[in-house]
Amino acid sequence: MDIKIRTEELRLSFGKREILKGVTVDVYKNKITGFMGPAGSGKSSLISIMNRMIDFEENATISGRVFIDGEDILDGEIDEVHLRRRVGMVFAVPIPLPRSIFDNIAYGPRLKNKNSGRELRSLVQESLKKAFLWDEVKDRLNSSALKLSGGQQQRLCLARTLALEPEIILLDEPCSGLDPISTAKIEEALNELKKEYTIVLVSNNTKQIARITDYAAFFYMGTLIEYGTTEKVFTNPSERKTEDYIQGKFG
Amino acid sequence: MRISPNFVDKIVKIGLNFQAFFTVGILIAIVAVIFFKGSPYLNLEFIFSSPEDMGRHGGIFSTIIGTIFLVLLSIFIATPLGVGTAIFLTEYTKESWFTKIIRFGVESLAGIPSILYGLFGFIFFVVKLGMGWSLMAGVLTITIMILPTIIRTSEEAVKTVPRNLRIVSYSLSATKWETVTKVVLPSAGPGILTGIMLSVGRAVGETAAVIFTMGSSLRLPTSLMDSGRTMAVHFYILAREGISMEKAYATALVLVLSILFINIIAYYIMNKVTSKYS
Repeated sequence: MDIKIRTEELRLSFGKREILKGVTVDVYKNKITGFMGPAGSGKSSLISIMNRMIDFEENATISGRVFIDGEDILDGEIDEVHLRRRVGMVFAVPIPLPRSIFDNIAYGPRLKNKNSGRELRSLVQESLKKAFLWDEVKDRLNSSALKLSGGQQQRLCLARTLALEPEIILLDEPCSGLDPISTAKIEEALNELKKEYTIVLVSNNTKQIARITDYAAFFYMGTLIEYGTTEKVFTNPSERKTEDYIQGKFG
Repeated sequence: MRISPNFVDKIVKIGLNFQAFFTVGILIAIVAVIFFKGSPYLNLEFIFSSPEDMGRHGGIFSTIIGTIFLVLLSIFIATPLGVGTAIFLTEYTKESWFTKIIRFGVESLAGIPSILYGLFGFIFFVVKLGMGWSLMAGVLTITIMILPTIIRTSEEAVKTVPRNLRIVSYSLSATKWETVTKVVLPSAGPGILTGIMLSVGRAVGETAAVIFTMGSSLRLPTSLMDSGRTMAVHFYILAREGISMEKAYATALVLVLSILFINIIAYYIMNKVTSKYS
């Protein structure tokens, strides 16, 4: 199995506060990998290093290495703008840009100078279809994205990320504010998407991790406690902490 | 005896209504006085003919042209400089002693009486740089005068753009500059426009700083090095020297109507722009 992302002894701290305490983990290509753990476990920070969005946080200190396709992305030489095209991200709260649905999806492609009408339109359409949103919005692509419901907005954000044509999609608790039906639609989309993309899903919802991921990692206080196939982690966890978390004894 | 909260509520409501009407009332009264005193003398000939006999006869065409050039040129120079400074302060630097000094300077400059700008413009542009009383010296002085307003209002507007929007833009592979031009500026647009409109108002109505630097020649300015007169200065001289109160009020009416007109146009354009970004 191909390793898409590998972190080695990754440490992160904000000032004196240690967030990640030496995390080594492999993310496999064309799989959905779930990162779970209680608040403050460092799982969200971990994925924000993977596309260098961590750069926008103040006084973050990182050590260790992160490889994507064998290339160290913490290297000063890396072009982080290019990296973010390869590694897309969907945030916990859906944040549509204040403009039309079409212009939201086209935001990334236009930055790459993909302006030609037909090519752009088909990319937008394809992205919306992949995010299971096309049927709901195809008649009103020019209306404001702010008018969509929360669940639709989050799928819009997914479609917008897909329009970058990335290799990896990072999702940071994408369903935390959504109703069960919207959540189901996103999960359905992710299941299809893993054929083409490598997906990392951060979630507090252990049931969701169990439902749709292939691999699951459990983090606690900045340390990777357990990592394996989802089946193994959920049916026969080797650590007591993992078991307690999955059973809802804390979290 | 306790006063019932509902009663207080009613009193407050009446009080606030009165205050609002009072404020608007004063505004309407001023405009009404200017309108009634000025409108009998306002006609197309007044607008399109040049002043004669120091303004006692004829129209105000040269002062309209003087005002338009002075205001437009100042705004064209001050807006990019001011918005650029605001963007620099908010997006491209972290808070430090350097930004604090800039901000302190801007705040202080915003509070300086305009006649001091006039004096500075006179000493520096008119005398030291040898521009003489000219449109150029006037434009540069007014630019410096309105710059603090534009910087402050733009900075406030830029700061109100949610950080989330910037983060999303970066995550979609935008560079800093792309984020500023495609996300920050469109969202901050209405606020920036407010600052520009305030500045237009200040520039249109300015007299002291203009007399010191642009002079008060009634001839039509044909180059940047010509002296000229703005409507506000014209009004001031007509009224102050007792040349013609009728012409003074007619001039004031044109001044008020043009500010109204500019505001309407500006907000119309802004509505067009913001409807695209909402």
